[in-house]
Amino acid sequence: MHDVTKVYQLEGIEVRALCGVSMDIHEGEMVSIMGPSGSGKSTLMHIVGLLDRPSAGVVSIEGEVVGDLSPNQLAALRNEHIGFVFQSFNLLARTGAQANVELPLVYGGVSGAERSRRAREALERVELGDRLNHTPGQLSGGQQQRVAIARALVTSPSIVLADEPTGNLDSRSGVEVMGILQDLNAQGITVVIVTHDANVARHSQRIVELRDGVIVRDETVADRLDAHDEMSQLGMNTAADVEAVLGTAGDAS
Amino acid sequence: MNFAESFRIAVRAVFANKVRSALTMLGVIIGVAAVILLVAIGTGVQGEITGTIEGLGSNLLFVFPGQINTGGGGGGGFGGPPSAGKPFSLADAKLLQARLNGASAVVPVASGAGVLRLGNKSGRSTLMGATDQGAQVFSATLGGGRHYNRSEVDASARVLAIGYTIKASLFPNSDPVGQYITVNGQRFKVIGWYEKQGGSLSGDQDNQAYLPITTLQTLTGNNDVRIIMIKAADATNIDLVRAQAKRILEPKFADNITVMSQDQTLGILSTVLDTLTYMLAGIAGISLLVGGIGIMNIMLVSVSERTREIGIRKAVGARTYDILSQFVIEAMMLSLTGGIIGILIGAGGAWAIQSVVPTTVTPWAVAIAFFFSAGVGVFFGVYPAWKASQLDPIVALRYE
Repeated sequence: MHDVTKVYQLEGIEVRALCGVSMDIHEGEMVSIMGPSGSGKSTLMHIVGLLDRPSAGVVSIEGEVVGDLSPNQLAALRNEHIGFVFQSFNLLARTGAQANVELPLVYGGVSGAERSRRAREALERVELGDRLNHTPGQLSGGQQQRVAIARALVTSPSIVLADEPTGNLDSRSGVEVMGILQDLNAQGITVVIVTHDANVARHSQRIVELRDGVIVRDETVADRLDAHDEMSQLGMNTAADVEAVLGTAGDAS
Repeated sequence: MNFAESFRIAVRAVFANKVRSALTMLGVIIGVAAVILLVAIGTGVQGEITGTIEGLGSNLLFVFPGQINTGGGGGGGFGGPPSAGKPFSLADAKLLQARLNGASAVVPVASGAGVLRLGNKSGRSTLMGATDQGAQVFSATLGGGRHYNRSEVDASARVLAIGYTIKASLFPNSDPVGQYITVNGQRFKVIGWYEKQGGSLSGDQDNQAYLPITTLQTLTGNNDVRIIMIKAADATNIDLVRAQAKRILEPKFADNITVMSQDQTLGILSTVLDTLTYMLAGIAGISLLVGGIGIMNIMLVSVSERTREIGIRKAVGARTYDILSQFVIEAMMLSLTGGIIGILIGAGGAWAIQSVVPTTVTPWAVAIAFFFSAGVGVFFGVYPAWKASQLDPIVALRYE
C-alpha cells in the first residue's frame, strides 16, 4: 500500500485515522502491527483486509489495485484471498463448528460434499476434528478461536489477518493460537497480526508500530519467540501432536 | 451462493426463534383465514339467495308501491324504503287479477310480526299473508298438511301453515297438522307445515307462518298490501304483462309504482351482495396488512439483533445480494407458511360453519390469499433485508 490516508467524519469532526501510511507486506511474511488504541492499527487492518477503502492512496493486493472495486467485488476478493481471525472470535452462535467453518465456502460457491470435506480438513488442522458439531457455546475460548482460524484458512487464503487473536484468551490458549499462526506462516501463508501486546508481536518476523496514524517503527524482530518452545515450557503435550498433524498436512501440499 | 443455500439459512433462522416466528406468522394466519372465511360467507350467501330467487321462476313479477331505482349500479336504492308510495289494497290486486291477460296468478302479500304460543312454549315469527294462490309463488315446499284455500281466505279463517323452525320449536315430537296454537292471543288451527329452506337476506324463512291475507289484516288491523306478485302464464310474455300491469294501475298510482322481474331483482341483489363481499374481503385484507406490518417489524428487530452475524457473513465474503436474499426469503417463508396455514384454517372454518351460514370457498379467493400473503412477505421483507444488506461490515462487526 502506498501513501494511504483514512479520514473519518465523526459527528461533523474530521478524524485522521491514518496519515499517509506506506508499507509493503511480502508474501510469506509474518508481520505484527502494533500501537496503542487510537493509533490507527485497526483502521489499517480493515484496509489491508479489504473491509474498508482508504480516503486517499493506493492499496493493491497481488498486483491488483483495489481502490475502485465495488463492495461486492471486495467481498469476492476477501472471500478468495483473506482469512480473518478476530479478538472476539465472531463465530455464528447456535451453529456447529463445521457449519461455521463452511461459511466462507458457502459464499465462495463451493458445493456441499466438497465444502464439508474441506471444512473437516481445516478443523483437523487445528485439532478439532472431533468437535465438528459443537456450537461456540459448547467450546472453550481457545477452541472457539481455533474454529475461527479453521474458518480463516478453509478457503486457502494468501493472507490471514488476526486482530488481537489472543486478546480474549488465557495465556496457555494464547500461546497455542500463536503456535498455530506460526505453523500456518511456516507453510507459506502471509500472517498479519494486529496487537498492542509486545509479547504477542515478538512471535512474528517484523513489527510495524503506528502512533497517531503514522508509522513510527518498522523493524525485523531480533529475538523471535517460538510458540512451540513456550508450549513445552508450560508443560503442554500438544506441541508434538500439532507438529505431527501440521507436518503431514504440509507434506501433502 | 445459490437459492438453496439462502433457503437453508432462512429455514434455520426461522426455527432458531420458534415462538417469535409462530407469533409473527399468526398475524398472517389470521389475516388470510379472515379473507378466506369472509369471502366464503359472502359468496355462499350470494349463491344461496340467487338460488332462492331463481327458484321462484323467471315468470314472476313483483309490484311495489313507490319508485325504486332499477337502473343498477346505484346500489343504495334497494332495501331502503321506497320513495313515499301510496300502499296497495286488496282491491288493487283484484283489479289486476280481473284485467290482466296472460297472468296465471296475482297474489297480494302482506306481512307482520306475531307471537306464536303453544302451552308454555312461544316464539316470535314473521307472519306472511297472501291469497290461496300464494302457494304458486312462494318457494316453500309443504312437508305435511295443506295450504289454506280460497274459502278460508274469503272467510278470514284462523288457519295457518308454519315454517320448519316453528314446527321444530312448538311441535318437536308431534305432527302439528290439526293442532291449535295462539297467534297474538287468537286461536289458530295449524293446517300444514313446510320443509326446511335455510336463511336468506330477509331473515330466517323457516321462521315464517303463512296465513290468509284477510286474516292477517284483521289480526294486525292494517289493510295495506306490501307487494303484489304476478305470475305470468308464459315467461316469454313477461314484458307484456309488466306493461299491462303498469297501465292498469296508472289511473290510481300514476308513475308511483315499480314492477320488477326476477332478473332485475337478481341484478340489484347481486350488485349489493358483490359490494358486501368486497367489503368483507377489504376488512379482512386490512388484517392481512396488519400481519404484514408485523412481519416487517419482526424482520427489522431480527436484522438489528443479527447485525454481528451480518458483519461476519460479509467479512467472509457474502455479497449484498446474498444478505438481501437471505432476509427476503426468511420474510417470505414466514408469510407463505402463515398464508398456507391461514388458507387451511379459513377453509376449515368455512366448512365448520356451513350449517349456520352458507359458505363457498372459491379457488380465486384461495389463489388471491396465497399470492397476496407471498406479496406481503416480499413487500414487507425487502426493506429490512435491504437495510441488512447495506450494513458496513466493520460497523456490523463492532456492534454489540
